[in-house]
Amino acid sequence: MKKLSLLLVTLLSASVFASSAFAAGGHGAAVDEVHMNMSDKASLQNGAKIFVSYCLSCHSAEYSRYNRVAEDLEIPLWLLKENLMFTTEKEGDLMKTTMPAEDAKEWFGVTPPDLSLVARVRNPDWIYTYLRAFYLDESSPSGWNNSLFENVAMPHAMYELQGVQRVVGKVDEASQEVDSHGKPIAKEGQTIVGDTIFELQHSGKQSPAEFDKSMADLTAFLTYMGEPAQLKRKTIGVFTIAFLILLMLLCIVLKAEYWRDVH
Amino acid sequence: MAIHRHDNHKSANAFMEWVDQRFPATKVWNEHLAEYMAAKNFNFWYFFGSLAILMLVVQIATGIFLTMHYKPDAELAFASVEYIMRDVPFGWLVRYLHSTGASMFFVVVYLHMFRGVIYGSHREPRELVWLIGCVIFVALMAEAFMGYLLPWGNMSYWGAQVILSLFDVIPFVGPALTEWIRGDFVISDATLNRFFAFHVILLPLILVALVFLHLVALHQVGSNNPDGIDIYENLDEDGKPVDGIPFFPYIVIKDLIGVAGFLIVYLGIVFFWPDFGGIFLEKDNFAPANPLQTPPDIVPLWYFTPFYSILRASTTSLLFALQIITGIVFIWMWLRAKVSIKAKVALSVVAAGVMVGLMLGSGKAWGVVLMAAAIVCFFLLPWLDRSPVYSIRYRSMPFKIALVLFLVAFFILGYLGMNAPTPAKTLLAQVCTVIYFAFFALMPWFTSIGQTKPEPSRVTYEAH
Repeated sequence: MKKLSLLLVTLLSASVFASSAFAAGGHGAAVDEVHMNMSDKASLQNGAKIFVSYCLSCHSAEYSRYNRVAEDLEIPLWLLKENLMFTTEKEGDLMKTTMPAEDAKEWFGVTPPDLSLVARVRNPDWIYTYLRAFYLDESSPSGWNNSLFENVAMPHAMYELQGVQRVVGKVDEASQEVDSHGKPIAKEGQTIVGDTIFELQHSGKQSPAEFDKSMADLTAFLTYMGEPAQLKRKTIGVFTIAFLILLMLLCIVLKAEYWRDVH
Repeated sequence: MAIHRHDNHKSANAFMEWVDQRFPATKVWNEHLAEYMAAKNFNFWYFFGSLAILMLVVQIATGIFLTMHYKPDAELAFASVEYIMRDVPFGWLVRYLHSTGASMFFVVVYLHMFRGVIYGSHREPRELVWLIGCVIFVALMAEAFMGYLLPWGNMSYWGAQVILSLFDVIPFVGPALTEWIRGDFVISDATLNRFFAFHVILLPLILVALVFLHLVALHQVGSNNPDGIDIYENLDEDGKPVDGIPFFPYIVIKDLIGVAGFLIVYLGIVFFWPDFGGIFLEKDNFAPANPLQTPPDIVPLWYFTPFYSILRASTTSLLFALQIITGIVFIWMWLRAKVSIKAKVALSVVAAGVMVGLMLGSGKAWGVVLMAAAIVCFFLLPWLDRSPVYSIRYRSMPFKIALVLFLVAFFILGYLGMNAPTPAKTLLAQVCTVIYFAFFALMPWFTSIGQTKPEPSRVTYEAH
């Protein structure tokens, strides 16, 4: 019987592990791991600033409200109104783009998708890699392309920050030098995003390292926006579980007391 | 002070007398709780019955609060779920309790069923308890399937599309039946509205009624125990079983430990891992339903995947293998099996029918039949199990080996159902499908061979 329970636990954990690894990994594209700290308010605030400055002109976040973002990210309302609200006057409004959907479809070929839940549909690593993988491609309609999402309709919205990069080639796993974590090391003057090597043709306002940090902040903000409750969920969870452990101990003592006359 | 308390007690008695003359309150309390005798050696596995009732209550309670803000409308449904997640105070908690609760309900029910199998709780005289339980399992699957459409995510939409299209394979009436169920030519607002009605009214009513019947049947025959022996064989001078204890307060107090322990796991997932790595909440379901964009892999939620794997495993080669297996069983039966000529003839007709049928139907049609048969198998368990002993503690080795093989096959099928098929994975699913059905088909044989251990006359129990 003990052996059977053990087998059940082993099977259960093995299948949960295997399936969640599959579900989280998605479809095997090479992505870079993003380092985010969801309790770093400055990082989330910076992500919010980049989002309203560069994303919201075409994309909506139609389930997210300005004042909720301000409250969760500890941004004062006057600062929110002055620096973050370009599409509306009302702080309780949803974060909708002012670009009409029909026009957007005509200009880009597709309506830019809503970004409220993008971090839950994709995953943070994918977003972080995608945002840094735009390159110049004269053959595409917008003049831009993306090495993670080939022939994507979206142009590079943040080239003024990143600059303009060109593809040098794909990472060749056999000859590539790797660091102690197994990550490929880029040569001088080059960067590696996902499985692609890039070279900066014109530099932007930010250095490659600064741009990576900005995109990590933006990814953190999109992750927050996918589930605003996550900021307090875990805190409530710690207290709940602590209470339940106490409750369980009390129940064990209570049961022992009641069962004293069972022989 | 003492006098005062005595007065209270007296008036409470008078009140209960007044009630009891009009309603059998004390009688029901005594019969089903205070004087319902259960074996004192209930172990870990016996927590899952009360936990299943707990989950039913949790799902109904959280469901009521969700319906206060949810909009069963194809245009509004997805946004209304996000409204619950963001703008309704603690709406996210109610929604996660419900979505994680659905998965935990199935975890509890699967473990509850497994308990029945290992301790022989499905055997005489508890066959009806088991059968009603199987109907609850099927009703729960229908409830979960319809509930999964309501968030109107892309996986909701395409999952429902795939599963409902299974009815298409029913001869003659299939396509018309599918259309009638959907209320449209595709999954649409009409489908969403009727699924909402079934999910929040019809199936919960059916489930509550079935759970009531399950308990009535159980209390008629009494609970089994980990030794699988009848505690009423050993009675004390008052005619009560010596190994029995009243359900209230003993078992109720003990179940509280189970409830607390279970809540730690359940709420741990709700607070720290609500999507459970994409298993409890699928990634593709965070995008709204889009009839023009099929998700890369359409996979049902985990509790359906063993059966979904069986459906997908049904290809021409599997049907061919099944024909060969049927043929071998047929020959063996005539040569070896100790059954009457009448039974042999009857079984031969069935075998011949199966072999011809396998040649006629398509892989998909037989997949649907196999999937349904995989569930029907559970209903037959009380009559397939021939072992002279009930509990796994005294069962023979062949049973234990068969059970382990079945468990492994069931888990592999469940895992494969969550993944996109490849030729190798399909072959593995086919092997596991054969093991799955062999477990039930061969059960009369492997439960009647091998050396069983002698059952004790009293339950195994050590006071702590």
